[in-house]
Amino acid sequence: MRSNIRLAVALAVLVAVSVALQMARDGRYAPPGENAEDVLYVRSPEAMRRLSLSFTALAADLDWIRAVQHYGGDHGAPVTDTPKYLLLYPLLDRTTTLDPRFNIAYRFGAIFLAEGYPLGAGRPDLAIALLKKGIAAQPQRWEYLEDIGFVYYWQLHDYKAAAGWFDRGGQVPGAPWWLRTMAAVTLTRGGDRASSRLLWRQLFESADNDWLRNQAELRLAQIDALDQIDQLQIIIGRYHKQTGRVPDSWQALAEARLLRGTPLDPSGAPYVLDPEFGRVSVSPSSKLYPMPVEPPGAVIRS
Amino acid sequence: MRTIPAIAVNVFRESVRDKVLYNLVAFAILLMGASYLIGQLTVGQDLKIIKDLGLAATLLFGLFIAVFIGIGLVSKEVERRSIYTLLSKPISRQAFILGKYCGLLLTLLVNIAAMVGAFYVVLAFVAWTQPASAKAIWEAPALDPALLKAVVLIYAELAIVTACALFFSSFSTPMLSAAFTVGLFVIGQFNADLKHFETVVSSRPAAWLARTLYYTLPNLAPFDVKAAVVHGQPVAAGYMLLTLAYAAVYIAVLLVITMTIFARRDFK
Repeated sequence: MRSNIRLAVALAVLVAVSVALQMARDGRYAPPGENAEDVLYVRSPEAMRRLSLSFTALAADLDWIRAVQHYGGDHGAPVTDTPKYLLLYPLLDRTTTLDPRFNIAYRFGAIFLAEGYPLGAGRPDLAIALLKKGIAAQPQRWEYLEDIGFVYYWQLHDYKAAAGWFDRGGQVPGAPWWLRTMAAVTLTRGGDRASSRLLWRQLFESADNDWLRNQAELRLAQIDALDQIDQLQIIIGRYHKQTGRVPDSWQALAEARLLRGTPLDPSGAPYVLDPEFGRVSVSPSSKLYPMPVEPPGAVIRS
Repeated sequence: MRTIPAIAVNVFRESVRDKVLYNLVAFAILLMGASYLIGQLTVGQDLKIIKDLGLAATLLFGLFIAVFIGIGLVSKEVERRSIYTLLSKPISRQAFILGKYCGLLLTLLVNIAAMVGAFYVVLAFVAWTQPASAKAIWEAPALDPALLKAVVLIYAELAIVTACALFFSSFSTPMLSAAFTVGLFVIGQFNADLKHFETVVSSRPAAWLARTLYYTLPNLAPFDVKAAVVHGQPVAAGYMLLTLAYAAVYIAVLLVITMTIFARRDFK
């Protein structure tokens, strides 16, 4: 009994010493290779499929988790000379080769590969390539055709191509009726805020996962913010007409009874007023920042 | 003939004594830990990943049992010299091999049944904790009975691997038997490539050789329906029957060869 107690105490002391040694090392030195770039040892999806034997689905899951972690890690990292999201496409490509029915990987890729840098990889071409791969694997998935239309609409501002993909999506058996409406709206009013709002609203309502729904919700809030900024610019113009100068603060507009107080964007953050030029923008601390760039010559029609 | 069940039960008892069933605890801990961690690591897809992990772990744990117990079934008896005592009794060598094989199948059956039980408990927990909005986008329900189709084919695949291990252990050392069995398992996944070998080589004899190997080596790829059931894809009853029938015939061939080799072996 006594020897057991001695053994337990000795083990506890050794464990405590090993923890202390690790803490001392971690506090003084950075782990070797911490700044090394992420590496994908097997680039070829086909080679990976063969290497994973009959565990392809599990290998796809691991690649998927890695893709999400890679995106999340790079998304939160500061912008440096080293490009972000370098492994996003290779990982998603591998995931979808290992498991061609991995629906969320195609749709995740569509949004975050196409999204402008640094929020996304800024590679709409790769997003389209991934979605076309999804269509080849599952031609009945009208969502992929809708997503390609989205990339053409939102990132490439090619409304004719976007309308074409929405129309093709609408022809897939089981596709919702509004895809054809979307095609017509995009073709006639491509680029205006009303059609953007319609597209994101439909995506929000048809989203089959939370992150897509959240992304659509964010975009809708940004479109609302663009409308609010336009309204605020009109008020500032009125103030300028009355006083002959631009307001230096929201307080000045409130005192002129043109506003009730500091206006808040849809996420609850106060708008920023440039006192020199009287321009309104979203605060960098807002969840809506950075705002999307509206295509040149876009018709603002909410 | 009555000796076969006695030998089989003995193999099962021996595996229990060897603490083989401890792997069930590892399986349960792996699944329960994963079901919590996966929720933290990925956006959505928790259920799919847990199903993939559960089925892959069932195959992997089963593979370890089939290979590492299978290769010792005969060699252990020879090493311990208990084979002399056994064969001096009214037990034919054929009954000995069949009994050993059935015993390992029984061990695998108990293991897989317990693993599937733990798997469904974890799936029930996931179904219970997920909101209705998450359930609405699942390709297949959490407690999908179709998962059992994948489990049945995993068991059949492991039965072939067990027969391979027993076959090699009837004439080779345990180390070599393990290497050969694992090698055959790997080849079995790529077997379909041999069928269309003529598309990559111009030599007719090479194409014929590849085609012959396709039909003679175990073709294990068709036993993998894990991804299909996880995605809620149908697996036809006819496909199941033909694949199971192939397994039964292939096992029969392997066992006949094993019994023939074992019957001629001299233990002096």
